[in-house]
Amino acid sequence: MGLLCTSSIREAAICGPPAEMSAAGTSRDRSEAASGIAFVGPYLVVFLVLLVYPLFSGVWLSLHKADLFGGSEYIGGENYTRLLRDEVFRQAVWNTVYFVLLTVPALTVIGLALALALNNASRWSTLLRGLFFSSSVLSVTIVTLIWRMVLVPDGGLISNALGALGLSPVPFLSDAKLAMPAVAITTIWWCIGLPMMLFLAALQQVPRELYEAAALDNAGRWRTLFHITLPSIRRTALVVVVIEIILQFQLFGQAQIMTLGGPNNASLPIVLFIYQIGFQRWDIGYAAAASEILFAIILVAAMTQFLASRERRT
Amino acid sequence: MSGLALKDVSKRFGSTPVLDRVSLDIAPDEFVVVLGPSGCGKSTLLRTVAGLESIDSGTIELDGKRIDPLPPGKRGVAMVFQSYALYPHMSVRENMAFGLVNSGVARGEAERRITEAARMLEMQHLLDRKPAELSGGQRQRAAIGRAIVKEPKLFMFDEPLSNLDAALRSRTRQEIAALHRRIKTAMIFVTHDQTEAMTLADRIVVMNQRRIEQIGTPREVYDHPATEFVATFVGSPPMNILSATCASPRGAMLCAALADGTPLETSVPAASAPQDGKLRIGARPEALRLCVSGSGDCDGKIDFVEFLGDRSYAFVSLAGGERVVALGGVPCTLRPGEVVGIQIDGSSVHVFDSGGRNLRPAG
Repeated sequence: MGLLCTSSIREAAICGPPAEMSAAGTSRDRSEAASGIAFVGPYLVVFLVLLVYPLFSGVWLSLHKADLFGGSEYIGGENYTRLLRDEVFRQAVWNTVYFVLLTVPALTVIGLALALALNNASRWSTLLRGLFFSSSVLSVTIVTLIWRMVLVPDGGLISNALGALGLSPVPFLSDAKLAMPAVAITTIWWCIGLPMMLFLAALQQVPRELYEAAALDNAGRWRTLFHITLPSIRRTALVVVVIEIILQFQLFGQAQIMTLGGPNNASLPIVLFIYQIGFQRWDIGYAAAASEILFAIILVAAMTQFLASRERRT
Repeated sequence: MSGLALKDVSKRFGSTPVLDRVSLDIAPDEFVVVLGPSGCGKSTLLRTVAGLESIDSGTIELDGKRIDPLPPGKRGVAMVFQSYALYPHMSVRENMAFGLVNSGVARGEAERRITEAARMLEMQHLLDRKPAELSGGQRQRAAIGRAIVKEPKLFMFDEPLSNLDAALRSRTRQEIAALHRRIKTAMIFVTHDQTEAMTLADRIVVMNQRRIEQIGTPREVYDHPATEFVATFVGSPPMNILSATCASPRGAMLCAALADGTPLETSVPAASAPQDGKLRIGARPEALRLCVSGSGDCDGKIDFVEFLGDRSYAFVSLAGGERVVALGGVPCTLRPGEVVGIQIDGSSVHVFDSGGRNLRPAG
């Protein structure tokens, strides 16, 4: 027995750790890998099935003439050329860009203003912060119901106020020039919570001593705002703008419930166009092509903002 | 006298007092170090002078003019923060120019001041860098440069060396001392480090628990501490404090009896003996000489010996249970566990009453 043990030790010295130790190590690695996969697995499945697969499947679908219930026929880029000639689609693209131009700067500036005003520990500020954020937790249906009650010319809040001043009511939702701004105001009211909270978090990260140094440098309120506060939170401002661009380009619920895209497509956004084409006319290939164009627009808009800000910094 | 004058300045945060009737005068070219432990109010004192905190009572004057009602930017003071507080998105040049632009200084004059300060601090090559591209010591110089260009009547430093390593701290200390000699402006330097205080100060203001314990030159504070707190805070290792009682005087001087009965004649007049008879004897390590057991004033057992190259310190437990630090020779041949005698130099010990007040006359 002693000789056997000695020869095993010599063998281990020449050949490395015994087979049993390697097997134990590998089995431990395998077990750790298995736990890792078990933790990540469920989300990975959801991610692949509901995000990655539809992304590629959508591109493939956009190259076909397809009906929701019938077959499909490969037509190459014909859906795209058709879209570029489609006046309703071009109107939808312009409406959506207009909507983004109305909402994103307003959400950024108002969110920042609220954060600056409410960035203190007083009770009123705590209450108001909660109040301004509370609209974000409402569903689109509730929000649009509330604002319809505000905007309708027949007994709405604004028309009552105008009537009290002796003015005639304004048909916000049925006026081609006012429909999109009305949807934009509804959206700003609904979505202001997120930018405000992001800016509040950023403001609270700015070291107090920077403001003290600025005070000793005789900087007034506005100089402190523009030269200390805003530069300190510019990364957050970029995040807010990019997030809002991505979100607001996907306008759907407010337009569908408040105006149905009207009057006369004046407030028709791209996503509502896609919905109407895909689920009312059943032309899902054409709808898929429109959604790919929307994806490209959002990507370009978000990346342009991101890259432009990076260039300015360097 | 012009310069800075604080008169009975008090401050509370809510119901918590943080400054209690603090009065202090600083000459126009004096370097004053405010020394004290954490929480004593030294940083709050600095911030009230800077205008970053308001005061509840008292006045602050600079060159004869009241500045406590004025905002920080209009007081004619400059401050170097512990964390430097450089504006991260501005270059060093822009950091230095910011305050000058806000105060309406002409561009040419601002450029001249920045160039001169950069030359003085040897940082001309750093002017176009951002703070993130600088080392700790370089940021320190940039922060000092930002203060210099404002040409203030008073510089304030809030523990500026705390974030530096030991070698850089020593070098920066010398640079600050050289800066003071060059620009001859009043400076207040706040620190908890007594080495910085002793080496930099014309005068030291020792603070404890919201009050000033003593104001004096480094020599005065070391040789004649006004209170037991100052005696134990200044000096490393700290002064040894032994409990004692008043014994029958032998002549005009106060006699003390240590806990184990050892008599000790002091240089305190017997007439200064406190009513309650309770004393606290303060003796610096250099006032305790080690000798052969039985041949000194009392005996003790060596706990351990610290060798510092040019000197040693022996930590000794006395028979009464108190522990003292005595200066040993080099080389120190004593070993832990050995019994030694301790000779106390009565003429150099300090005597404190039970309130911590030093009974020994200064000078």
